[in-house]
Amino acid sequence: MSVTDTIQVRLNGKDRDIEPGQTVHALLESLELHPGMVVVELNKQILPRDTYQEHQVHSGDTIELVHFVGGG
Amino acid sequence: MDHPELSRSELHRYARHIALPEVGLEGQLRLKAGRVLCVGAGGLGSPLALYLAAAGVGTIGIVDFDDVDASNLQRQILHGTGDVGRHKLDSAADRLEDVNPHVEVVGHPQRLTSENALEILKGYDVVVDGTDNFPTRYLVNDACVLLGTPNVYGSVFRWEGQVSVFATKGGPCYRCLFREPPPPGLVPNCAEGGVLGVLPGIIGSMQAMETIKLLLGKGVGLAGRLLIFDALEMTWREIALRRNPECPVCSDSPTQTGLIDYELFCGVTRPGEGSLHSAEDFEELDAASVAALLASDTPPYLIDVREPWEWAVSSLAERGARLIPLAELGDRLGEVPKETPVVVYCRSGQRGQSAARQLVAGGYGPVSNLSGGLLSWAESVEPGLPVV
Repeated sequence: MSVTDTIQVRLNGKDRDIEPGQTVHALLESLELHPGMVVVELNKQILPRDTYQEHQVHSGDTIELVHFVGGG
Repeated sequence: MDHPELSRSELHRYARHIALPEVGLEGQLRLKAGRVLCVGAGGLGSPLALYLAAAGVGTIGIVDFDDVDASNLQRQILHGTGDVGRHKLDSAADRLEDVNPHVEVVGHPQRLTSENALEILKGYDVVVDGTDNFPTRYLVNDACVLLGTPNVYGSVFRWEGQVSVFATKGGPCYRCLFREPPPPGLVPNCAEGGVLGVLPGIIGSMQAMETIKLLLGKGVGLAGRLLIFDALEMTWREIALRRNPECPVCSDSPTQTGLIDYELFCGVTRPGEGSLHSAEDFEELDAASVAALLASDTPPYLIDVREPWEWAVSSLAERGARLIPLAELGDRLGEVPKETPVVVYCRSGQRGQSAARQLVAGGYGPVSNLSGGLLSWAESVEPGLPVV
C-alpha cells in the first residue's frame, strides 16, 4: 500500500489537500489557472505576479485566489 | 448643510424610508442632496440607477456612449424592447423619470477618458463603477483616488460577481488589489464568455445599497472588504483588503499623481486603432484593408475565432471565412494552410489578437488581425450587419 503525503491548505475559504513541495505557480497550474487571470493572496499578502515561481506553498497556508472580473 | 425641503408628495413616496430610524427625514434629505455618478448604464448600471432613482437620490449622473442593443435586454432592465437602437442615456432618462420625477438625471454621452474623467467626476459625492472593461476600471479608480471620492466597485462574469468600496478615506483602492492589469486578451468579457442576466441585478443592487449607506453615513460599508459571489454555488466569500503601502496611486507617497493612458497600461487597442504592442509579429488591419484583400485575386485564409452562436448571427462566411473558435485553435492548427497569408477576426479585435499570436508562434503567416473586429467591419464596410 502506498502512502501519498499531502499537505492541507486553506484555499478560497475551504480546507484542501494538495501535493507538498509546490510553488504558487505550480498550484495555479494544477488548478488550470493562468497566472495572469488571478490575484494571489498568500497568508494575507498579495503576491506580485512575477514571484509565483519563488513562493513555496506550505502546510497551513491560507490562499485566496481572486479572478479578474471585468464585466458590467 | 443646507438641505432642500421635501414636498408632500415626496414625504408620501419615501414614507417607508423615513420610517427607518437610520434614515428618517434627515436621511431622506441627505439622499435628496446626494450626487451619484453611475459609470455605465449596462447590466450593473441598470438596477443601480433604478434603485437610486426610486430611493430619491437627488442627482444621478450617467456616463455612457452606447446604444441599446437587443442582446442587452437579457440583463439591462433599465431598457426595454422599444428602446433598441436608442442612445442608452435617452432610454435611461425616460425610464428613470417615470420611476421618480423628483430626481434629476444628468447624462454624460461620452467615453470616459483620462482627459475628461476628472472634470466629469468632480461634481459627485460617490462614483459607482459599472463599466465593462479594465482600462476604464483603472481610470475610474485612479480618478476617484485623486479626487478623494469613494468608488463603489462591482463586476460580473458568467456566474461570478464582485463588489467592494474603494478609495474611501484610509481604505484600499482597486489598484491595491489588482496591482497589475491582466495580460491583454486573456480575460474574456461578457460578450465573449456570457453572463447570467440576474447576476448584475444582484451585484448592481448591492452597489446601490452601499452607495445609499455612504450618502446616509450609516452602517458598516464594504471599504476594505471584497465580496465574491458564486451564483452557481449560491455562496459569498469575503476577503479582507488592506491598503498597499506601496500603491502607486493611493499610498502616502504615490509615484503616479495624475491620470495615465489606461489603454496602454492594459495593453489593449480600441477599434480602428493600430496595435499598441511595440513588438507584435502580426499586423492590425482596418476593415477596408481586409475587404480589399478578400476581394483580391489571392485572398488570405480567413478565420473567425468567435463562438458558434456568434457566427450563427452573422459572419464573413460568404467571403470565405471558416469558424475556428479561439479555444479550439490550438488543437485545430493543422487545418490552417502554411505559408499562406492568414487574417483572423472576432467581435471587437481582442480574441483576434490572441489568435494571431498563437498562429505566429505556430509558424504560420504572415498573420493579420481585423482591428476592431466585426464591429468595425459593420461600421465601415457592411453597415447593418448585426453583430452580437
